Amino acid sequence: MKVILATDLIGVNTAKGEHNRDFLDKYGILTINMISSPGAGKTTLLEVIMKALKDKYNFGVIEGDLYTSRDARRLLDHARAVVQINTCGICHLNAEMVARALEGMPLDSLDIIIIENVGNLVCPAAFYLGETCKMAVLSVPEGSDKPAKYPELFKEARTVVINKSDLLPYTDFDLPGCIKELREINPEAEIFVVSARTGEGVENLLGWLEERVKRVSPVD
Amino acid sequence: MHEFSLICSLLETVIESAEKNGIKNVTRVKLIVGECHGALPEALSFAFNSLCPDTVCHGAALDIDIKEGVLLCTACGHKFPYAVLQNMCPGCGSFNPEIISGRELLLEYFEGE
Repeated sequence: MKVILATDLIGVNTAKGEHNRDFLDKYGILTINMISSPGAGKTTLLEVIMKALKDKYNFGVIEGDLYTSRDARRLLDHARAVVQINTCGICHLNAEMVARALEGMPLDSLDIIIIENVGNLVCPAAFYLGETCKMAVLSVPEGSDKPAKYPELFKEARTVVINKSDLLPYTDFDLPGCIKELREINPEAEIFVVSARTGEGVENLLGWLEERVKRVSPVD
Repeated sequence: MHEFSLICSLLETVIESAEKNGIKNVTRVKLIVGECHGALPEALSFAFNSLCPDTVCHGAALDIDIKEGVLLCTACGHKFPYAVLQNMCPGCGSFNPEIISGRELLLEYFEGE
């Protein structure tokens, strides 16, 4: 016997992601899916963002790592709620994992949820989690050719953060070339050049984030 | 590596449907993979063979068809075939094509008794 299914396998995850999105929209929460290579500085950037804005907004963090809860522990002081997901070898978060993480969060009292995805420039881009938008983080030591080499993520990201700008003088990172390639891949992305370590450029990124939070309001 | 997650979704769907249709033994599963998707057929087969034992799909064949990718230039409307790392429209030279076909990962049907 033949059974016709015509089921889109990516669609199975996307449908769960849309369910998460509806749920988060009801609470009026801005949700950002943060994606980068391992070591690009996502957690440090998150610390800086939350330190600067935690008196104005309540943050929730969903922390995705293959193993350990080291990153989650770093963020406990700044966020209202932190949930660690250990994927135990899986290279990306999916919508089902995020749905389970949301069950344990005080959504009533949150304004922003940042999902720190597993460090990986490839697979996380293919799995919609229910986020309002994706933020791609690229760091100077990785090299300026990354957007061209991993276009899928940079095409989807609403904003791209080039981190570790304090290292620009010590590397051959081609900043104008990198920005030009990013514009070719994604003409609409907002690009911020920052150093989470020194604070350089962070102000503009915070401005963008505040602007986004104001645009999200609870759905009646 | 995310081929494993995709095969997990595939197995979930097939197992559920086999149960509904009273099928005890799945013999063939047909999958259509769009060229732009990036999932590797070899990795999909490997994941399928690793995850099948102990399920109704044990011993089933996985047939994979590749569907060609087609891009549409958003500036001039020219259609051109997908190629890895090729974003430039051969018609007008602009860089923002949309994928109009070849993005799917479709579980088309399965067979069993």
